[in-house]
Amino acid sequence: MKKEWPLWEVFIRGQHGLNHRHVGSLHAPDAEMAINNARDVYTRRKEGVSIWVVPSSEITASKPSDKGPLFDPAEDKVYRHPTFFDIPDDVGHM
Amino acid sequence: MYAQMVKSDGPSDAELSPEERAFQARIDAGEKIEPKEWMPEGYRKTLIRQIGQHAHSEIVGQLPEGNWITRAPTLERKAILLAKVQDEAGHGLYLYSAAETLGVSRDELFEKLHSGKMKYSSIFNYPTLSWADMGAIGWLVDGAAIMNQVPLQRTSYGPYARAMVRICKEESFHQRQGYSIMMKMARGTEAQREMAQDALNRFWYPSLMMFGPSDKDSVHSAQSMAWKIKMNTNDELRQKFVDETVPQAEYLGLTVPDPDLSWNEDRGHYDFTQPDWDEFFEVLRGNGPCNEERLGARVKAWDDGAWFRDGLNAYADKAAARRLAAKTAAE
Repeated sequence: MKKEWPLWEVFIRGQHGLNHRHVGSLHAPDAEMAINNARDVYTRRKEGVSIWVVPSSEITASKPSDKGPLFDPAEDKVYRHPTFFDIPDDVGHM
Repeated sequence: MYAQMVKSDGPSDAELSPEERAFQARIDAGEKIEPKEWMPEGYRKTLIRQIGQHAHSEIVGQLPEGNWITRAPTLERKAILLAKVQDEAGHGLYLYSAAETLGVSRDELFEKLHSGKMKYSSIFNYPTLSWADMGAIGWLVDGAAIMNQVPLQRTSYGPYARAMVRICKEESFHQRQGYSIMMKMARGTEAQREMAQDALNRFWYPSLMMFGPSDKDSVHSAQSMAWKIKMNTNDELRQKFVDETVPQAEYLGLTVPDPDLSWNEDRGHYDFTQPDWDEFFEVLRGNGPCNEERLGARVKAWDDGAWFRDGLNAYADKAAARRLAAKTAAE
């Protein structure tokens, strides 16, 4: 039998109540082994308190060529940031 | 280095297509290149060779040290060495994953290592004869690797740079544990001090070879530097390594095996003797003291593990079929 183990993307939640974050990928025959391997490969120094693994083939990514249409429209909407508005000092903290 | 004499494919500046010119402009502006983005075929191929060779070095690099796990002098040293060797496996895996984002499969990379089509660093073809060699490897070999890997954290290819960041965080432990072994040996009995000196004698020049031959005339090197997949010349890194390592050897009371080693006031650097480059090329050609043993051990581990990999695959397939059947029955 000649079959390469599928690729999994690994997400780790760090110690501080943060989101799971993508840390890398690895090969494993199934989800259970992927978690076991992720423990050994990505958390040898207590980098996490929780692991997600997702088959890489299940990830849909935006195309690099779509960067313009997807993200450019946000560029001229600076009013979405609170610092856009000047509030007089007299009003106090807001 | 862990990647030595990587051949680089690239056109000359005059031949650049508009796409290639735009690509180079992104690199010059310090942008990272990510897997699905357009890249010149030469950039992709060169990186597969370089990251692949780097990964192979981490994996084969486990062997000279694995050799001493069962013979470590104390339980603590044994646990530490085990952790270090496990780190090397991890580093190999980070790098293989980075290489795979360029469109090469893990099995292809393994096949190329096992058939000798891809190389690993020359340093791992030297034998580890005494416990002091574990000290010398951590101190000198990992030390030399760090010289190269720290600047590579800024390399232009995103997945490679991120793997390097992770590796560098862990590598400092490796060098310090090596130096700690050397300190213990150098301050031990006369016999231990002699072992430490002997390890330095044998690993000094092979460590200098890790950076590869002088690349001032190399075209490959210039292209790789333009692409920011090589950040410094081999000579720059070798000089930096000598400058940092000599005082560390002095602190240990050990003698660097180079009678012509001397501080050059004008240059602000040490002058030192180049390693024997004929020996280096012989080792690369497969004629080093341990080439056959190292590659043999690697191929044997892969072949002997085939039934286990297949077994886990068979179990995964069976479990998936069972889940599917249960789902169909429920519907």
